[in-house]
Amino acid sequence: MTQYLLKGAQLPSGERADILVKDGVIAEGSAKDAQIIDADGLVALPGLVDLHTHLREPGREDAETVETGSRAAALGGYTAVCAMANTSPVADTAGVVEQVYRLGREAGLVDVQPVGAVTVGLAGERLAELGAMATSAAQVRIFSDDGHCVADPRLMRRALEYVKAFDGVIAQHAEEPRLTEGAQMHEGEVATRLGLTGWPAVAEEAIIARDVLLAEHVGSRLHVCHVSTAGSVEVLRQAKARGVRVTAEVTPHHLLLTDERATSYDPVFKVNPPLRTQADVEALRQALREGVIDVVATDHAPHAVEDKECEWAYARPGMLGLETALSIAVDVLGPDWDLIAERMSRTPARIAGLDGHGHDIKTGAPANLTLVDPAARRVVDPSDSASRSRNTPYAGMTLPARVVATFLRGEATVLDGKAVR
Amino acid sequence: MALPQAALAKSILSADDVKRIVDRIAHQILEKTQGAADTVLFGIPTRGVPLARRLADRIRTFEGIDVPVGVLDITLYRDDLRSQAPRAVGPTEVPPAGVDGRRVILVDDVLFSGRTVRAALDALGDLGRPRSVQLAVLVDRGHRELPIRADYVGKNIPTALSESVKVALEETDGADEVKLYGSSTL
Amino acid sequence: MKHLLSATDLDASTATLVLDTAAEMATLAGREVKKLPTLRGRTVVNLFYEDSTRTRISFEAAAKRLSADVINFSAKGSSVSKGESLKDTALTLQAMGADAVVIRHPASGAPHRLSTWVAGSVVNAGDGTHEHPTQALLDAYTMRSRLGRLAGLSVAIVGDVLHSRVARSNVHLLATLGAKVTLVGPPTLIPPDLRTEVSYDLDAVLPDADVVMMLRVQRERMAASYFPSAREYARRYGLDGPRMRRLPDHAIVMHPGPMNRGMEIAPEVADSARSTIVEQVANGVSVRMAVLYLLLGGKS
Repeated sequence: MTQYLLKGAQLPSGERADILVKDGVIAEGSAKDAQIIDADGLVALPGLVDLHTHLREPGREDAETVETGSRAAALGGYTAVCAMANTSPVADTAGVVEQVYRLGREAGLVDVQPVGAVTVGLAGERLAELGAMATSAAQVRIFSDDGHCVADPRLMRRALEYVKAFDGVIAQHAEEPRLTEGAQMHEGEVATRLGLTGWPAVAEEAIIARDVLLAEHVGSRLHVCHVSTAGSVEVLRQAKARGVRVTAEVTPHHLLLTDERATSYDPVFKVNPPLRTQADVEALRQALREGVIDVVATDHAPHAVEDKECEWAYARPGMLGLETALSIAVDVLGPDWDLIAERMSRTPARIAGLDGHGHDIKTGAPANLTLVDPAARRVVDPSDSASRSRNTPYAGMTLPARVVATFLRGEATVLDGKAVR
Repeated sequence: MALPQAALAKSILSADDVKRIVDRIAHQILEKTQGAADTVLFGIPTRGVPLARRLADRIRTFEGIDVPVGVLDITLYRDDLRSQAPRAVGPTEVPPAGVDGRRVILVDDVLFSGRTVRAALDALGDLGRPRSVQLAVLVDRGHRELPIRADYVGKNIPTALSESVKVALEETDGADEVKLYGSSTL
Repeated sequence: MKHLLSATDLDASTATLVLDTAAEMATLAGREVKKLPTLRGRTVVNLFYEDSTRTRISFEAAAKRLSADVINFSAKGSSVSKGESLKDTALTLQAMGADAVVIRHPASGAPHRLSTWVAGSVVNAGDGTHEHPTQALLDAYTMRSRLGRLAGLSVAIVGDVLHSRVARSNVHLLATLGAKVTLVGPPTLIPPDLRTEVSYDLDAVLPDADVVMMLRVQRERMAASYFPSAREYARRYGLDGPRMRRLPDHAIVMHPGPMNRGMEIAPEVADSARSTIVEQVANGVSVRMAVLYLLLGGKS
């Protein structure tokens, strides 16, 4: 196994160190056989962990596969991703989650941790076999109907309770379905002007408010996916102050883009939940800094060209995110590397129960890490993406920072900014 | 290096010249149409319109005959529409008696390639069926590109293709004058 | 002007140019030959994804009076109904040499998308709940020809503004041309952020209105609880005879059609001398001629 010596890397703490990567861990001792990587001026972060990735396999391999999505993740600095359950067939059985898990191991570029569906077929009617998925080879801990809200309050309560048996967590896609029928974008002035049906902020906030009360009532963990509104932040802030065991994520695009983007009617900006207002963006950034929002998660959602090169209303919602998330975090949070490590590695690893990830870079820790050039600037070119899809909303934008190298259990997945395979 | 325009502009007709020419054409019309019965004048915008009105006014003064005056906007009939941005369409005014069976005299300021007159003939044809159509112009500067000639010409001015003729009229420009400009001022 | 996608594409001088040009086009109706050679050799495609015989015929008549070749491409019975994407259809029209595409589509923004895929001009003939700019132009034309001006007019737009592309285009265009617009209807059907005045009380608005524009209200809105019943809607927001008599003497009543007689407008009102409903149809052809001329009549 190749050994690497990362010379002079800056750690999230600000210290500089030579990091020896050997036998899958961060080691001490002789580095005489190691390949030397000049890390002067580069920052070493624990490998990033994405709680919210759509890999599309099985079912839509034309949009993404476990392998292409894994490669995009590695290029983005990730060493683990949680693959959402809305595949075809839905990941609602031990068989499907084990298939995704196995495909991830075979690709070997990141650890692919399957998310199990909460309800059979994401239909919101009866619980999927959560226990079977938990005890499968995939050892599922996060359950989500993402793309759909577990809207039935009784079902949501039962799910929250049931997963306590194996320390699972329900990741809720907070969207009151009756308030968002036909919704196309954030309800507000821009939607009115564009004649697109509005997705009101209250449809998210009402579900989060209900769910934190349910989680509190049954003493369970709740995770809120892709928080998008200032009102949601306030609900979460109050719940956390009361001690409710709730965590929340925000996507890079909700930290950067607003509903004004829809003015072009280009569905590359169509996403669920929708892009909100500048006031929401500001509130989300503040919440992320303060820890009211715990995690940056990509909601990487690849879509085939024909699902985006069409009328807005007919387009599928979602954007690519894995290869740009770190840059946007740097853009939004500044070069606060310890905070970035917290929001993008340690905390998501803890929420997902991924014991091998999110460790500080120190002797004996698994060698899951990424090297970042903080001084780099790059112009986003969709055709450069390792994803099978091209639906990045950042095309043409200049973003800060670039991933130079990524290591998964000591093996390089990215070197010199390029995927090793 | 362009010289000041005044240096290259040559006055060809003065205000008095223009007045005499209008008077003369009015007389010629009366003569050629045997008293201007059943005659309608159609001015072609922009400067054909005041000229047509002046001719009608002179005819009324000389003979006490009211000759109806119309306006014939030819924008939508031009053959060079695609050579520039869309032009504003002006009004076309047809006298109440119409054009069917009438002797129509088209009036314009300058006759040059003949394309304006061609467009005017097309436009007129869509308004009805005149008995005959004649053409009166203040200036004929030559260089015809179509088999068109004027029935009444105020003045023939031999020009080079690179030159241009500008007619100013009191109604549109504040004073009557016709000038010839050299190519380098264009 | 390359496309007409939204009434916001028109500044005051361009909008006025369209109306003035339409006035000249209107004189054609009284002529021996109701045709102009202006767009000879140009191809206008009517691409209709929704049934709207009135609008399609209006554009067709406009294009034909300007001597353009017209191709009607309707979604029914074509490759469109077999699932061909708008982009593929656009490339087909492009290959056929369409100089302009007039598009009616149920999805808001479809004309914007189309304009990125074709080289010719795109005219929005109504997209979803977004806009219908030529309708707003013909409405403005009708107001101007009836009342002599647009600046300073008080215009009440009454009914389902939320779902109305006609209302959106009118709000933008009338603001550009200096009229004062008040939206009237139940709060469920009035979007709060159209940046114009709002009233929930029709009776309060009528005495000061120069123009009342009644919008079509679809009965299926009841199912989504926008209002309780047709009867209650008609009672609160329908324009009937007694209400019409509260208008100033000069005021006119407009409707983009098709009407629900007895719902938003009483037959007595629709057929009154104040009603401009038939004129609006005739003016539609003139305005669309003006738009096609200004888009296609010059250098492309």
